Amino acid sequence: MLELFHQIFTPANVTFMLKGLRMTVMIAVLATVISTFFGTILALIRTYSSGKWKWAGGLVAAYTEFFRCTPNLLWILWIYFTVKGNKVGVSVFAISLFTSAVMAEIFRGGLNSIPMGQFEGARSQGFSFVETLIFIVLPQMYKKVLPALLSQVITIIKDTSFLKMVDVAEFMRNCSVVLGSIYDVRGMLLLFGFEALCYFTICFALSCAVRGYQKTIVTG
Amino acid sequence: MIKGLFDAKRWNALFQAFPEYYIPGFLMTLKISLVGLAVALVLGVIFGMFSTAKFKPLRIISRIYVEFIQNTPLALQVLCYYSVLPMIFSSSGFRIPKFVLGVIGVGVYHGAYISEVIRTGIEAIPKGQSEAASSQGFSYLETMYHIILPQTIKIIMPPLANQALNLVKNTSILAMVAGMDLMYFTDSWGADRGYFAQAYFTSAVMYFIICFPLARLARYLEIRSMRLPVAKTLDIKADEEAAC
Repeated sequence: MLELFHQIFTPANVTFMLKGLRMTVMIAVLATVISTFFGTILALIRTYSSGKWKWAGGLVAAYTEFFRCTPNLLWILWIYFTVKGNKVGVSVFAISLFTSAVMAEIFRGGLNSIPMGQFEGARSQGFSFVETLIFIVLPQMYKKVLPALLSQVITIIKDTSFLKMVDVAEFMRNCSVVLGSIYDVRGMLLLFGFEALCYFTICFALSCAVRGYQKTIVTG
Repeated sequence: MIKGLFDAKRWNALFQAFPEYYIPGFLMTLKISLVGLAVALVLGVIFGMFSTAKFKPLRIISRIYVEFIQNTPLALQVLCYYSVLPMIFSSSGFRIPKFVLGVIGVGVYHGAYISEVIRTGIEAIPKGQSEAASSQGFSYLETMYHIILPQTIKIIMPPLANQALNLVKNTSILAMVAGMDLMYFTDSWGADRGYFAQAYFTSAVMYFIICFPLARLARYLEIRSMRLPVAKTLDIKADEEAAC
């Protein structure tokens, strides 16, 4: 068994796989930042568009519904095959495109829970609409949706494993390359165990953070 | 991304390939989703009950299952079943049917999520309710049927519908292991002809056809669960007659 372990986890293999892990984390972080930004904008448009801008809200609603009802993998493949450019950049774009819709839905839930009195109060203090959003509404909204947001980050990290299909050098693809040289069941299990452990450590840490934060909200 | 989307020749090619590629794929995805959902529900109910059991080892088993499955990617799990299971069963070239692989994959994965949903549903009902019921002479089964379950179901239905939605989307993972599902056929036809825009657009619409009703259902259940319960009017006259 120990021999097998040394055979799989040679320094070269381990560095190769950990490079993949770095790529996974990088893609996840980029996708999170981009989709949080666009998700916020989409949620704001959907919640506060009125009057002659009503159609913008409808458009955003159609976008979120359509993306929520189709798999992420489909968008990754579609965009990978049709958009030319840097592989990693294209993948980040595909994941962000999908996740923005999910984020918009999460943020909309947060925005709906903010009472209109906050706007009236801000107005009476001389804040403009945009200032009200930036200084008063959004900080409260982010605080409320943080647990859901972090859960979505876990999903993004897990979803980066789809990129194996389009051959981006992320963690799972690199591990599969190593897997290709193993013909022993025990060796395979060992490698899958290592993969699972790496994903588990990252995601479990995040989910513990979610739970800890939820407890602080409940106890005040 | 949508280059040549409105090219009639390409659409024509797609319609010709439709019965051969998209119909079997669509049916396979539908079948895997239905059976996978059944498996996930069974696992979810079992482990959800485990996690609220008085016996501690059961709670620990359920915790380990939920945490481990929820915090590793489905793609990794499916790939692991795909390459390890046949080797455990036999050393010869035995391959697990793709349908079974898909059902196990999404079933086990969403079983963990449903187990959490059911746990929160059971824990949300205060203990005082069963105590009050037993003080009024309700038996255990009557308490469950008339008091606890109606409230639990109201809480767990919206997240369950959401899980069903995610389950359908996650069956697309099977394309990774040539799973003969909608995503796989889309991928193979698209790569074959190079008409990616048509291939993926059609596939997106087909997923949308399955998922949109589920999303609507989830929304409807969510709104309904927020409504306050209304007491039924009692038919006192019938009761009195029965007493006479």
